[in-house]
Amino acid sequence: MSLDKTYLEYPERSYGMDHDRYDWSMLTDRKPVEWPNGNKLALWVNVGLQFFPLNQQGKPFKVPGGMTMPYPDLRHYSLRDYGNRVGIYRFLKAFDRFNITPTFALNSRLAERTPYLMDVLKERGNEILCHGEHMDALHYGGQDKAEEAAQIERALESLRTLSGQNVRGWISPAKSESASTPDLLAANGIEYFCDWVNDDMPYQFRTENGELTAMPLSTELEDFFVIQNNGHSEDSWVEQVCDACDFLLNEAKKQGGRILALNIHPWLLGQPHRIARLERALDYITSQDGVWSAGAGEILDCWKGQQ
Amino acid sequence: MKEDPGFYDYWAYHNRPKIEWPNGAKVAFWVAPNIEFYELNPPDNPQRKPWPQAAPAVAGYSIRDYGNRVGHMRQMQVLDKYGVRGSISLSTALCEHHPEIIELCKERNWEFFSHGIYNTRYTYGMSEQQERDMIRDSMETIYKHTGQKCAGYLAPALSHSELTLDLFAEVGTELFGDEGGIYTCDLFHDDQPTPIHLRSGKKFVSIPYSLEMNDTIAYVVNKIEPRRYGQNIKDNFDRLYQEGADSGTIMCIPTHNYQVSCPHRLKAFEEALEYITGHDDVWVTTGREIAEYFLENYYDSALADIAKQSGGEI
Repeated sequence: MSLDKTYLEYPERSYGMDHDRYDWSMLTDRKPVEWPNGNKLALWVNVGLQFFPLNQQGKPFKVPGGMTMPYPDLRHYSLRDYGNRVGIYRFLKAFDRFNITPTFALNSRLAERTPYLMDVLKERGNEILCHGEHMDALHYGGQDKAEEAAQIERALESLRTLSGQNVRGWISPAKSESASTPDLLAANGIEYFCDWVNDDMPYQFRTENGELTAMPLSTELEDFFVIQNNGHSEDSWVEQVCDACDFLLNEAKKQGGRILALNIHPWLLGQPHRIARLERALDYITSQDGVWSAGAGEILDCWKGQQ
Repeated sequence: MKEDPGFYDYWAYHNRPKIEWPNGAKVAFWVAPNIEFYELNPPDNPQRKPWPQAAPAVAGYSIRDYGNRVGHMRQMQVLDKYGVRGSISLSTALCEHHPEIIELCKERNWEFFSHGIYNTRYTYGMSEQQERDMIRDSMETIYKHTGQKCAGYLAPALSHSELTLDLFAEVGTELFGDEGGIYTCDLFHDDQPTPIHLRSGKKFVSIPYSLEMNDTIAYVVNKIEPRRYGQNIKDNFDRLYQEGADSGTIMCIPTHNYQVSCPHRLKAFEEALEYITGHDDVWVTTGREIAEYFLENYYDSALADIAKQSGGEI
């Protein structure tokens, strides 16, 4: 019994990363960042507005949060749809009550299906970023590059037309990528993407078509991960968010501006029994000194201006 | 395949010869930060997939990278605050990839022990010579970059062969005599050190490294809340401290910079450390120091007591 000798060879064993997408850099070695008006913590509230197709193909995996029952899985289809009909309007009220500037991450298919909701979002004028075509249109290792390129072009063209915005940002469905996704995003005019969770601040990411900025959108703190995946209580989610807020504010005082990124979903936190927990978290965060609620692109611009 | 790995004999957790830690401490307390490097494109292993999906495994790879970019410094600052020197379970290729982290730990006189080369290269399927070569490479790398004679082992990603402990001990002796390859963290059968049977007959000990207190087990496998993790640590300590009055116990918190150092989790860990180090009779130490102390003072009496029990004497 033995393994091929290449198993004990380590071609990438040298300084820095084992790939050339970005440079190795410890957060504490970077130049401190200042947010506008002396603020310490940028609050990025990112709302996933998602369409989970009933006829889910699950290629190459079933998207977390998607259909799990035999067709037609009305239970999950309609419960996800609840977020776009009901939950989102609870969110909007909460945002206005606490003066939050949200960012909306939309599947382009949802934008096509819900013109009324698009009008509401356009009227508000908050930033819209692209969350891919729909939750079953995954990007994945081994995917045909031409197929993926067409998928990205369709999603961006549709969302840019329907939103009237140039759409600078991207989150892949399930944050899943192929090896080509960053290259294709840059080729399609995307400036920043949020799939890589390896930092608490933005950093530059190389592609074949110029640089992207990776924006730090924590998965570990998102509502779906904490409440659905981990099965923690809603109160625990609030506690974790408040602890993160305290920690990052404190770190920002010593090391320069930080970002608290909350990725939330109206089909989950928009439920009647959960919305008060979102409100409690927003109340806590916005009552701290030094918090700046801003859209993802605004935070990016402010950061970029100081690099 | 064997029914029992044969590393140790049954040894009841009562009436054991009393262990007294230095300065009358009841608990030997150590923190073992795993500082790991996972590869984006590791080679295939016949028995275990490194990532659940085809490359690139963005989610798994990037959160682990977070541990090195962001988390390490946070955990190190908390350990500094409470006077804890880490005993690092090290993916030794990190010496080449991220020497800045190695330097920071060296400055603090932390211990480095081997956790293989990469946490995406598994022992499964290796020949004896291959596993020996991999272990030797890891121990030589630690010595080259830190000057430390590696004393401990935790197999990469807890992937073992039947010979893992033997090989580690033998390579340790070849490289460093009695100073190298003296303890393992791979066994979870006890709250006190256990002499381990090796084919070489070398004096070698299992030092408790807890899976239950391991942050990744708590957060990823058991999916518990940060505050509950903090409470579990305190409860674990309370009982070991109480029992340590009868005979010294060991408490270990194994951590990962990508878990414990997230902004929503560090507070619970810090509170637990504050609680533990706020007690008088705690020996805040490292894996190597515990192993050396036990081998020097209690290994022989432990062997004699185990032999007595194995003979049926109560």
